Amino acid sequence: MKQNNTPLLQVKDLRVEYLTAGDPFAAVQDVSFDILQNEVLGLAGESGCGKSTIAYALMRLHKPPALIRSGDIRFEGRSILTFDAERLRAWRWSEVSMVFQSAMNSLNPVMSILGQFSDMLKAHGKISRDEIIARTAEMLKMVGIPAERMHAYPHQLSGGMRQRVALALALTLRPKLIVMDEPTTALDVVVQREILQEVLRLREELGFSVLFITHDLALMAQISDRIGIMKGGEIVEIGTTEQIVTNPQQDYTRALWSAMPVLEQPKEAGANVR
Amino acid sequence: MLDDHVDILRLEKITKTFHIKPVFGPAKTVEALRNVNLSLKPGKALALVGESGSGKSTVGRMIVQHYEATSGRILFEGSDIADIADRASQMKYRQAVQMVFQDPFSSLNPAHTIRHHLQRALRLHQPDHSGDADVCRILDEVGLDPKTTPDKYPHELSGGQRQRVNFARALAVNARLIVADEPTSMLDVSIRKSVLALMQRLKAERGLSILYITHDIATAEYLAEDTAVMFRGQVVEQGPTSDVVGAPKHSYTQLLRAAVPDPRQRLLAGDSGFSSHAKDVREASAHLVTGMIEQAPGHFTAQQ
Ligand SMILES: Nc1ncnc2c1ncn2[C@@H]1O[C@H](COP(=O)(O)OP(=O)(O)OP(=O)(O)O)[C@@H](O)[C@H]1O
Ligand SMILES: Nc1ncnc2c1ncn2[C@@H]1O[C@H](COP(=O)(O)OP(=O)(O)O)[C@@H](O)[C@H]1O
Ligand SMILES: [Mg+2]
Ligand SMILES: [Mg+2]
Repeated sequence: MKQNNTPLLQVKDLRVEYLTAGDPFAAVQDVSFDILQNEVLGLAGESGCGKSTIAYALMRLHKPPALIRSGDIRFEGRSILTFDAERLRAWRWSEVSMVFQSAMNSLNPVMSILGQFSDMLKAHGKISRDEIIARTAEMLKMVGIPAERMHAYPHQLSGGMRQRVALALALTLRPKLIVMDEPTTALDVVVQREILQEVLRLREELGFSVLFITHDLALMAQISDRIGIMKGGEIVEIGTTEQIVTNPQQDYTRALWSAMPVLEQPKEAGANVR
Repeated sequence: MLDDHVDILRLEKITKTFHIKPVFGPAKTVEALRNVNLSLKPGKALALVGESGSGKSTVGRMIVQHYEATSGRILFEGSDIADIADRASQMKYRQAVQMVFQDPFSSLNPAHTIRHHLQRALRLHQPDHSGDADVCRILDEVGLDPKTTPDKYPHELSGGQRQRVNFARALAVNARLIVADEPTSMLDVSIRKSVLALMQRLKAERGLSILYITHDIATAEYLAEDTAVMFRGQVVEQGPTSDVVGAPKHSYTQLLRAAVPDPRQRLLAGDSGFSSHAKDVREASAHLVTGMIEQAPGHFTAQQ
């Protein structure tokens, strides 16, 4: 992979708090990490440890009661905390995009799939209706959905199909960073693998970075270049995938691995697995 | 076949066609289910696995009468659910068969406490048992703290806890069959395990029957005696889970089995081997199934 060493994104001492009736609750506690150009950085940790909170904060999509208390987030060297509303709008989707956890419910229920592509494409430049249709068809095909389904409404698609649409939307404007928060929870493993391979292929072709959040550690190890392990709002260990898989330094990381259910892999399957 | 082993649920030659009318252009039809036959024994779990979009949730929704079948019959304890005529029997059926969804939030009203949710269910279906004590008993049964939970609102619970509330609600109405549509896919590993253990317990101790729709084959092995594999609206393989998952015979099931993530194996951008193999298997599996072959006792695969 053609990784150059200037980080695309730098997170420094990031602290995100939820304002509650009592003391504020620090869901992310002084976390620092970089995402390099063309890198897939995995973020793992059990439910409630703050993964989604980081994901939202990175795109400044966190909403009250969440608050970035301190620290900095730099994208290509510029602090995104200083962006005004206009700048943020232009930046999101075209430079950074996000597939939300429960992306299946993040689509607009009263708009056809084509309508949602159309809205996004139009908001980021002049484009003709024919081009919109062609682009939508291309992106749907990429995630394994027949182009004719562009006229369907979200409730007419299965959960996994909606999740694939959300992934396709996030890839459409060819952003430099894609934040994926549990992006494949609703997919069968075959489609999951095909789509993630496609994401990796596109990364080679176009060049972009991914923050990949999942509770499926096996999947995370398959796709990430580096992995950060989170616990209680902090990153307890970060390293190359090889190191986190074969030589974890923290007990917590080892415990996560051993909690994973394993299925014996039958080799008779005949699939081209290697 | 009216011996004492009447299936609690049987789907016979179920077909479901959806019609989609786009704003422009001609209407399209989607054959969501083609000739689906399934059966579920009382007190057992049947796992329904398969490709995304293959019709699993549609099966579930038809069982709880969200959709009507285009053709075919659904038998609950031997009688066709389409023949339920009066309101009282309808009510009884709706009570006996409950659905639990993937998103543990979606079916809980954010404005009401857990006590409210459970009492409402209890009152509808067991009016004499809807006091605080009954709420506590049910919470205890699904492993939630009976003291602190009743006054909480859904957003104050974790995903796993909310999913437990959904199971508690099914218990409150005395359900006999639970259709659980990916109940754990939004939960992380540790919580997922505890929800699975809960289902296992409800099955073993309460004698509940479970249709368990999932993408996670490893969990099917844990919970379900039988497994059916769906592809493009058809069942392509079914039988005892140990056979179907342990020694799959249909090429689609084999593909599914081989694609389960293995942490030692990196996904590669240029691995067209997998995609082209998947494409071949899909093509070979898409045609209309004309018959099933018995591979081992009770283990069937679609003729290929
Ligand atoms: N209300 C509807 N109107 C039109 N088409 C529908 C409707 N509901 C489902 N479908 C279509 O029926 C097919 C089967 O959908 P279903 O939701 O049963 O799939 P699934 O197996 O549950 O998939 P997933 O694993 O992705 O949830 C899909 O092609 C879907 O688009
Ligand atoms: N709106 C909110 N108000 C208060 N606390 C919240 C809110 N959203 C999340 N939290 C808390 O912040 C912590 C991190 O949550 P989250 O980032 O969603 O975790 P993850 O994605 O790792 O499961 C959890 O303890 C959660 O309960
Ligand atoms: Mg999350
Ligand atoms: Mg579904």
